[in-house]
Amino acid sequence: MKVKVCFNLNGVPTEILVNPEMTLLEALRDIIGLTSPKCGCNHGDCGSCTVMLDGKAVKSCTVLAATVSGKCVVTLDGITPATGLTPIQQAFLEEGAPQCGYCTPGMVMAATAFLEKNPNPTMAEIKEGLSGNLCRCGGYDKYAKAVKDVADGKYGPVSERSE
Amino acid sequence: MAKNGVGARKTKYDGYGHVTGKTIYASDVKKAGALICKVLRCPYDKARILSIDTSEAKKMPGVFDVITKDDVPYNRFAMVPDNHVLAEEITRFRGQPVAAVAAATKEQALDALAKIKVEYEELPAVFDPEEAMKPDAPQVRPEGNIHMYQVGDELKDTRIIRRGDIEKGFAEADYIVEGRYKIPCIEHAPIETCASLAYMDETGTLVIHSKTQGVYFVMGDMANVWQLPMNKMKFVGNTLGGSFGSGNSVMTDHIAGLLALRTGKPVSFQLTRKEEMMASTISTPWIFEIKDGVRKDGKITARYIHVLHDCGAFTELGEYASEKNANLVAGANYIENLAVDSQMVYTNKPASGSKRGFGVNVGQFAEQVQLNKDAEACGISPMEIRFINAFHEGDHTHAGDVLRAVSTVETLQGVAKMADEKLDDKYLEMSSREVAK
Ligand code: FES
Ligand code: FES
Repeated sequence: MKVKVCFNLNGVPTEILVNPEMTLLEALRDIIGLTSPKCGCNHGDCGSCTVMLDGKAVKSCTVLAATVSGKCVVTLDGITPATGLTPIQQAFLEEGAPQCGYCTPGMVMAATAFLEKNPNPTMAEIKEGLSGNLCRCGGYDKYAKAVKDVADGKYGPVSERSE
Repeated sequence: MAKNGVGARKTKYDGYGHVTGKTIYASDVKKAGALICKVLRCPYDKARILSIDTSEAKKMPGVFDVITKDDVPYNRFAMVPDNHVLAEEITRFRGQPVAAVAAATKEQALDALAKIKVEYEELPAVFDPEEAMKPDAPQVRPEGNIHMYQVGDELKDTRIIRRGDIEKGFAEADYIVEGRYKIPCIEHAPIETCASLAYMDETGTLVIHSKTQGVYFVMGDMANVWQLPMNKMKFVGNTLGGSFGSGNSVMTDHIAGLLALRTGKPVSFQLTRKEEMMASTISTPWIFEIKDGVRKDGKITARYIHVLHDCGAFTELGEYASEKNANLVAGANYIENLAVDSQMVYTNKPASGSKRGFGVNVGQFAEQVQLNKDAEACGISPMEIRFINAFHEGDHTHAGDVLRAVSTVETLQGVAKMADEKLDDKYLEMSSREVAK
C-alpha cells in the first residue's frame, strides 16, 4: 500500500507516492531522481546522504519518506546558487577539501546547517559538528579549516539558506 | 613558488561538480526501466554446494532472470583468471556470490533471493596464513594452498632473489638484527560502494557504466566471461567515489552485464555497504621476516627477507602484488649480499585486491622499521643509516636492473630539511650521482 507524501522540496511543493518502508534518501534518489544526496552506507553511519529537514541536518537514509509530509526538505541542489557558489562551497573548493567528492554534498549540507546554528565556532566545535560525516579520502582537516575560514568571514557573509 | 606548473596551487578541475553535487558517479547513472540486481552469497567460509534450486525464485513476481554458474558463458575471471563469477561446487569464502536475480524492484529481487534453495555442506576452513602453509591444513583450493610461480617452464613455490654471497655478508657483520612484521587485512571502504549500470544500446552494444579503475583491464576479462567480442561492448568509467585500488577488481560488472545481455533490459547492480565489507577484494595479510647483518659503521653487509603473502581465496591481484613486493621489499638500499624468498598462500578470506601500491608500501613499512632497528644496533641515527646504504646512480636494483636518474640521497636531504633534522656536512655534500661503492 503506497502512501502519499506532500512536502516542500528545495522550494517546490512536491507530491509523491511511496512505500511505507521507503527512506527519504530512496525517495529523493529513486523516485525524484536527484543524485546529490549520496548513499554511502544506508545505515546512518557515513553522512553522505545528509539533507536539511526543516532547517536541521539529517541523515536522509534514517528518515522514513512518509514522515516528511508538511515539512521542508533542502538538498544541495536547493542551496547551490544559479551562478557562483555559497561561501562554504567556495571555501571547500579553494581549500581543495574534496578529493573523490562523494562525501562532499553531505559535508556541504552538514557544514551549512552547523554554521547557521553556530556562527562563531571554535575549531574543536567544527570538528565535532562534522563528526557525523565520513570522508574516506581523508579531507577532514581541509573541510574543517574551510568551515573555520567561512566563519571568520574570509568568504564574505554567509548567505541565507533558500527555502 | 612557481606561479604555474610545479608548486602552484590549482583548483581541482572537477571540484565545482563535487561541491555542487553535480558530479555523476557510476551509482548515480540511471536508466528508465532498469532492473535491480541482487546477489545470493554463501553464508559459510567454505562449503560444498550440494544443490541449487532456483525454480521458485524464477516464478516470483517482477523477476526477469535468476542465474547460477551454469548460466555464465565462461565462469572464470580476474587478472589470473581463477576467480568464479558465480560459485562452483566448492565455495571458498563467506560472501562469495552463488546466484543472482534481476527483478523490477529491489524488494522483488530480495524476495526472489529468499526463494532460492541452496543445500550446503559446511567444510573446514583456514584463515591464518602460517596455518594454511602446513601440510595438514584444510585445502582452500584443489591445487593446494601454496601458490606456484611460473619460472620459465617450471612451477616453483617460492619467488627468489639472490645477489652476492649472503653467508660471506653475515660473516662480515658486527651485528645481526632480526625483525618480524605483520600487516593485517585492510578493507578499502571507499565511500561509494561498487556499482554498475549495464544496458544494450540501439546498436546492440553492451554498455556498462562502471566503478572500475581500469576500463581496459576489465574489457578483455569481461570478453571472456560474456564470450562477447570487445567491439560489442563499451565501458564508461565514471568519476569514482573513492576506490584506493578496490576498483581494479571486478565486483559488479560481470554479473550486471550478463543479466543485461540475457534480459535485454538495463540492469543496475550496486553493492550494499555490508556486501562491500564482507565480499569485495581486500588488502590481505603479509608477514615479513627480515634478518640483517650490519657493520659498526652502519653498512648493511647482508640481508635475508622471507615474505609470506596471504592472498585470500583467489589469486586476483595477489600474484602481481607478491612479485612486485619481492622486487622492491629490500628497499632503496644498495645491498651486495641479498636473498629474498617470497611465498604466497591461499586462505578462506575474500581475495587479495590491489591497495595503494600493489604490495610495495606494505613491504616498505617493514623495511623502514627494520632500518631504524639496524641504526639503533650500531648507535647511529635513522637518517645516517639511510645515507650510508642509499642507492646511487648506476647501482643494480635487487632484481638486477640498472638504476638511472637516482635521487635517493637528494630525497633524504629534502626530507631531513622538512623535518628540521640536522645533518652532518658529509651527508649534506653527498650526491646520488657519485658512485660511492
Ligand atoms: S547513507 Fe545515510 S548515513 Fe550513510
Ligand atoms: S572526498 Fe572522497 S570520501 Fe571525502
